[in-house]
Amino acid sequence: MKTLEELNAVREKIKNRVSIQRDTDSGTRIVVGMATCGIAAGATPVFEALKEEAAGIKDGSVEVTMTGCIGICQFEPVVEVTRPGEEKVTYVKMTAEKAKEVFEKHVIGGQPVVEYSLTDTNFYKKQTRVALRNCGFINPEDIDEYIGVDGYQALAKVITTMTPEDVIKCILDSGLRGRGGAGFPTGRKWDFAAKVKSDKKYVCCNADEGDPGAFMDRSVLEGDPHAVIEAMAIAGYAIGSDEGYIYVRAEYPIAIKRLQIAIDQAHEYGLLGKNIFGTNFSFDIQLRFGAGAFVCGEETALMTSIEGNRGEPRPRPPFPAVKGLFGKPTILNNVETYANVAQIINKGPEWFASMGTEKSKGTKVFALGGKINKTGLVEIPMGTTLREVIEDIGGGIPNGKKFKAAQTGGPSGGCIPASLIDTPMDYESLIAIGSMMGSGGLIVMDEDTCMVDIAKFFLTFTVDESCGKCTPCRVGTMRLLEILNKITSGNGEMEDLDRLEELCNYIKSASLCGLGQTAPNPVLSTLRYFRDEYEAHIRDKKCPAGVCKALLSYTIDPEKCKGCTLCARNCPASAITGTVKQPHVIDPEKCIKCGACMDNCKFGAISRK
Amino acid sequence: MKKKQTTIPFKGTQAQEEKLENLIAKNKDVPGALLPILQGAQEIYGYLPKEVIRIIALRMDKSISEVYGVASFYSQFNLSPKGEYAISICLGTACYVKGSGKIMEEFEKELGISSGETTPDGKFSLNDTRCIGACGLAPVCMINSDVYGRLVPADVKKILDKYR
Repeated sequence: MKTLEELNAVREKIKNRVSIQRDTDSGTRIVVGMATCGIAAGATPVFEALKEEAAGIKDGSVEVTMTGCIGICQFEPVVEVTRPGEEKVTYVKMTAEKAKEVFEKHVIGGQPVVEYSLTDTNFYKKQTRVALRNCGFINPEDIDEYIGVDGYQALAKVITTMTPEDVIKCILDSGLRGRGGAGFPTGRKWDFAAKVKSDKKYVCCNADEGDPGAFMDRSVLEGDPHAVIEAMAIAGYAIGSDEGYIYVRAEYPIAIKRLQIAIDQAHEYGLLGKNIFGTNFSFDIQLRFGAGAFVCGEETALMTSIEGNRGEPRPRPPFPAVKGLFGKPTILNNVETYANVAQIINKGPEWFASMGTEKSKGTKVFALGGKINKTGLVEIPMGTTLREVIEDIGGGIPNGKKFKAAQTGGPSGGCIPASLIDTPMDYESLIAIGSMMGSGGLIVMDEDTCMVDIAKFFLTFTVDESCGKCTPCRVGTMRLLEILNKITSGNGEMEDLDRLEELCNYIKSASLCGLGQTAPNPVLSTLRYFRDEYEAHIRDKKCPAGVCKALLSYTIDPEKCKGCTLCARNCPASAITGTVKQPHVIDPEKCIKCGACMDNCKFGAISRK
Repeated sequence: MKKKQTTIPFKGTQAQEEKLENLIAKNKDVPGALLPILQGAQEIYGYLPKEVIRIIALRMDKSISEVYGVASFYSQFNLSPKGEYAISICLGTACYVKGSGKIMEEFEKELGISSGETTPDGKFSLNDTRCIGACGLAPVCMINSDVYGRLVPADVKKILDKYR
């Protein structure tokens, strides 16, 4: 493919196939969500069944295709059917049998099967899809479909009509900031690297999504890999680089497979490689697989890892824009950041800047999980409040429980308490309340979650993942964890709270890289908003949420106990005694607090305090 | 991260060694080759025995300690063999909040081993993992490449029976 005309010819040919507004003369399109979560929920047999049915329609008017994440993970497997001239119908919790029924009644018969369809569309109403525009829509393994939705138009426009300075100005004007967590303006990063003179420069993509609870980058890679490839080529043109690396976690096999397919297809079309669109611009991309180290999400550690070493961070300056990968000027952006680039070029920086708040432009994708009715991927304009995300989009907390806190930013972030539920989700507002945007994990917690335990959970993570290079992080996080263990085992003293705070501040100010500098955040933010829970653990030797085992006691209510002996038979420690049809008793000395008795009791006679 | 080095004797074959030599020869001059080579070697042997680390170090003109340092740094690399069925329980935030700790306890009880170990018959190995990105289905576990979601402790025995 050497010219824009050739690109446009493919687009025209495919446009109708991928269009959401289906003309009456186009066929029916059925898409099956086949990202990791869809496949795990059983999308493969659904896809096979639909393909088998479609093969029976000889005129080829029904097309079944796979797609990436449709977003509503709770209801996987998800299938969407669009008949010509009609509205799209979303079917949820599909099985092969249900899919066959849908095919017969809806695809052939024209009558949607309402009982399997998603009727409550609140989940999508407040969302604005920019980075996820193609996820759950096009087939990620078919470059033609990406071209059909204006793919590679931005690259063509950039290298045939714009100067590198124009490109950087466009990104700067849009106000796009890094979606990986820190929120550094993307245009400025590119500008630094563009101004450094060097015979070789690199464009890197951080796809080492290590925050537990975040999966938006995986979804983009699995659902729209070409968007990342196109944006990296644009970045290459802007800074004067001809080589890119994507550093992707080995834990994401489907993302890796689709990226490789996408790179190969782009090569075949000449959209990567030498002299793209017949110009002097050449660009190529290599894949490198992360090997399971959280610290490699830090930019200098990621580059050290690509170089084949232990992924340890380097002191900055020199910043990567001056001296990065293999000692050459390098820019590194995250997957979601790249997913915005082509659209900014196509639709203009003003369009992008019109969304969001004054300082945080555009949208942000959050991975909504934990104790929430609708888990899934949610893309909202910056500045949407946490309440809107939890109540309107997520549908609230299950089982009538009370919302307690939301955790953003993973092990580097903090907790937002229920009292701050009206906080707008943007970079500055989240920092102001002691949390951070992070990469976009949003874990909802209810009254059954112990905040001291959560702080301990994140510290266990950072202790494990600290690379060991600098002492404040290696030793400091370990000492923090020891104090937390002391508190949750009932041996805490009130002075420990001051010790925690003091140590947190030392670690924040003295650590070498972002991992150590942010590791104390979960402790600091829970101390700030849930100090009473820490005090309950220390002063009253109680865990209010009923999580910390050492502080729990199980008792049997003699009024409710029917003497069925089920608890005694299931107790692994033989701590329960009693005779048949008489109330039983738990020996607190022998009890190991496993909760097996409570799980087994049919009369609700056992309580935990 | 602490790693357990195996006491199981090395049982590499000639064919495996040939594959390893080819892999090294092919990648040796690629910049930053060590990680891809270790990843490839683990695919050949299933883990990274010290005999293999020694070969890689020799061919790449690096010290054994440097190669071992990289192998032990990343959690993906195993220094002891995995079971025929490798079970990983996700202990990421979303799964943890939804009770994956109890799922882990149940697997440990059913298999009689603790996390990081392999059953004596070599059939199952058990590990915790950070996050496999299927948070919408929490809590989840992975057995080889099959993912099981929305687990409750009672599911564990049923799942294991499929592989026994």
